Amino acid sequence: MTLHLAALHLAVALDGAGWHPAAWRESAADVFSARYWAGLVAEAERGLLDFVTIEDALGLQSTLTDGADDRANQVRGRFDAVLLAARLAPLTSHVGLVPTATTTHTEPFHVAVGIATLDHVSGGRAGWRPQVSARSFEARHFGRRAFPPLEEVLNRPGGADLSAHPHVRELFAEAADAVEVARRLWDSWEDDAEIRDVATGRFLDRDKLHYADFAGPFFSVKGPSITPRPPQGQPVVTALAHSRLPYEFAAASADVVYVTPHSAEHARAVVEEVRGLSADLRIFADLVVFLGTDAARRKARLDELDGAELVSDAAIFTGTPAELADVLLEWRRAGVEGFRLRPGALPYDLEQIARGLTAELRGRGAFRHAYEAATLRGLLGLPRPSNRYAEVS
Amino acid sequence: MSRRRVHLAAHFPGVNNTTVWADPRSGSQIDFASFVHLARTAERGTFDFFFLAEGLRLRELKGRVHDLDVAGRPESLTVLSALAAVTERLGLAGTVNATFNEPYELARRLATLDHLSDGRAAWNVVTTSDAFTGENFRRGGYLDRADRYRRAAEFVRLAGELWESWAPDAVAADRASGRFLRDADAVGEVRFHGEHFDVEGRSTVPRSPQGRPVIIQAGDSDEGREFAAAHADVIFTPHGSLEDGRRFYADVKRRLSRHGRRPDQLKIMPGATFALGDTEEEAAANAAAIRRAQVGPQTAIAFLEQVWGRDMSAYDPEGPLPDVEPDLSGGVSQGRVAIKDRAAVAAKWRALAEEKHLSIRELVIEVTGRQTFVGTPETVARQIDEHVQAEAADGFILVPHLTPSGLDDFVDRVVPILRERGAFRTHYTGSTLREHLELT
Ligand SMILES: Cc1cc2nc3c(=O)[nH]c(=O)nc-3n(C[C@H](O)[C@H](O)[C@H](O)COP(=O)(O)O)c2cc1C
Repeated sequence: MTLHLAALHLAVALDGAGWHPAAWRESAADVFSARYWAGLVAEAERGLLDFVTIEDALGLQSTLTDGADDRANQVRGRFDAVLLAARLAPLTSHVGLVPTATTTHTEPFHVAVGIATLDHVSGGRAGWRPQVSARSFEARHFGRRAFPPLEEVLNRPGGADLSAHPHVRELFAEAADAVEVARRLWDSWEDDAEIRDVATGRFLDRDKLHYADFAGPFFSVKGPSITPRPPQGQPVVTALAHSRLPYEFAAASADVVYVTPHSAEHARAVVEEVRGLSADLRIFADLVVFLGTDAARRKARLDELDGAELVSDAAIFTGTPAELADVLLEWRRAGVEGFRLRPGALPYDLEQIARGLTAELRGRGAFRHAYEAATLRGLLGLPRPSNRYAEVS
Repeated sequence: MSRRRVHLAAHFPGVNNTTVWADPRSGSQIDFASFVHLARTAERGTFDFFFLAEGLRLRELKGRVHDLDVAGRPESLTVLSALAAVTERLGLAGTVNATFNEPYELARRLATLDHLSDGRAAWNVVTTSDAFTGENFRRGGYLDRADRYRRAAEFVRLAGELWESWAPDAVAADRASGRFLRDADAVGEVRFHGEHFDVEGRSTVPRSPQGRPVIIQAGDSDEGREFAAAHADVIFTPHGSLEDGRRFYADVKRRLSRHGRRPDQLKIMPGATFALGDTEEEAAANAAAIRRAQVGPQTAIAFLEQVWGRDMSAYDPEGPLPDVEPDLSGGVSQGRVAIKDRAAVAAKWRALAEEKHLSIRELVIEVTGRQTFVGTPETVARQIDEHVQAEAADGFILVPHLTPSGLDDFVDRVVPILRERGAFRTHYTGSTLREHLELT
């Protein structure tokens, strides 16, 4: 039965009461309580999952492309994801914590230091999902830049390929710069910069501190960081990507990419395209999942409650954990190394993942029996990177 | 008049020479365990809040990163959010710069912390006086004093609008009717057009337990005091001595009525250091030993260089003050509050050194301040209480000299006496920081 198949990696994407907009109707979730989130990450850790991601945006959720929709029947409101991840860190010991933080309106220095801090408080379990924000209504929350309405960007002649629009290209260029700055700042303290040398009175060896000296069209950052190098050296950078431009961003800037194939065949094609851009990138596929013997009925009921059939950028799966395991292993053979599952409803579908799916995969020799490493990099098989500024001795 | 209650806060040891790192008991300044130790000690002592300072650029001396003091801190709000998981009642105060942040983002981070701590968040609003720090940020540069407080005032007003934009009952989460929000108007739209900010839109965070996180101010200029009188719930001030404190206290409390506020709506909390001993003599000896550790030979020279504005590394720190004039043209120090009149300070130092026959190091020990409170636990408790009863303060932000154990003795030995005197709470009676601070 063993297929000489490397075990696969499993992550879950946490957001509100789940990825179905009506999910909150069917659960007791209080999405604005710390206890709710603590329960979710505890469940993920019981299932030995690699990491959880936490969604975020600098604007309220909306069914419209760009702007508030005034709907009162779906979850509205979110916590800052980095702070939420930090709140969960002391309550967990192995699972990775990967918050989303926007690169468009934030200060790269603050984001880099925030993620480094998350890595310190979690003992090396931090990741980051940098995300661009193209929406003009979010830009109005800052009042520093005027963006074209996103409908205009989408409806321009040439079709809906966002990547082709100069506005979008610029946002991705800025995101790449933000990640570059973060990586330089994380390295700006060498691991042994703190010497505490009583004889000379020196706390630091300042030859081991480095200016980031980044200058670009969007910002410049001098450095060094105010925070010592995080335990992982470089926290894990992850990116969601649906097309060529974000694939290129992920290949250049990220350690893990989440892609959204809709079949095994599609997965194979996407993997081939992404592999062509980067040999090292860990490739994860996103799937929205409704699990259990009555999964299809549950989803149908939620669709009915919401008054619309669920649509998603990612493939939507309904079925039993065993059936999902079949799909994951098939996609695994197509070259996908891990999965970021988006539970349709929380906590139900997360429990199905953490208990049913992991047991199923373990039975097939495709998932861990115990955490084998203490850091997120360790779980993902990513080496702790050497420091770009350190002199090789 | 009834007895005034003391308020206490714990300052995590900072990145200056107050923090002694060479002591064998000194632990990590960055490991989360250090933050947990100090926060739990403060909570055991029923302190009002735990406090983190911030500096957005490593300090430099003579164009190079200053290497003599502890350095390397985490992002304040991120650590506080983690501490919210391991404490229950302790207030969590973070210093965050108003010049190099944007209101929409910072307001939602603070509201998030307030939710995740069940109403224990505080923001110490600081401004920055140097373009040196600005080099790390999009905005760059800096604002002069009047402008940076105008920006800070607008910032706090706008943050307040965002915090209050969700109706208190906005989140209905009524599964039967399908109303997650009470109605379409439950989340108000903020429209703010000021000198520094043009912001329109809706906040993403429901109204937090405190409604408004506690606002702390830490700047001493007239503009800073005025800002505090208008917007702050707490002032963190350097004026810790009895006389100085009383003057400052009267000045600031007097300003409140102009803003339609009562004196008890702004708490004045000087930063305070301390040294304890079983006897007064032992405490005095401990205090002297701590000061010597705080001003090592190299640190003594570094202080001299900041005032003299030139390289003094050739001089013997244990020898006399050399006969050289200060260079008043530039300055050698970056990233700390500038010394205002270096010529006058140098003259004063020289006079003192000559009068008392002090070496460079002895001089620096003498002028960089003795501990605010020195004595047996009884003496220190009495002094703290007396300062508060005399309206020199509403309480103190204690700055220990050791990470992370520097508050252990205080909590074990001084707090019980403060409690016996009826000056300090024996247990938390409220759950939010506003309740601890009696801010209503
Ligand atoms: C007691 C005290 C603590 C301060 N702590 C900080 C701090 O942690 N971070 C910071 O950037 N500035 C800090 N400051 C600086 C002030 O925010 C302000 O920039 C400075 O005092 C100049 O303002 P002023 O002109 O009103 O005095 C502090 C100031 C005081 C008096």
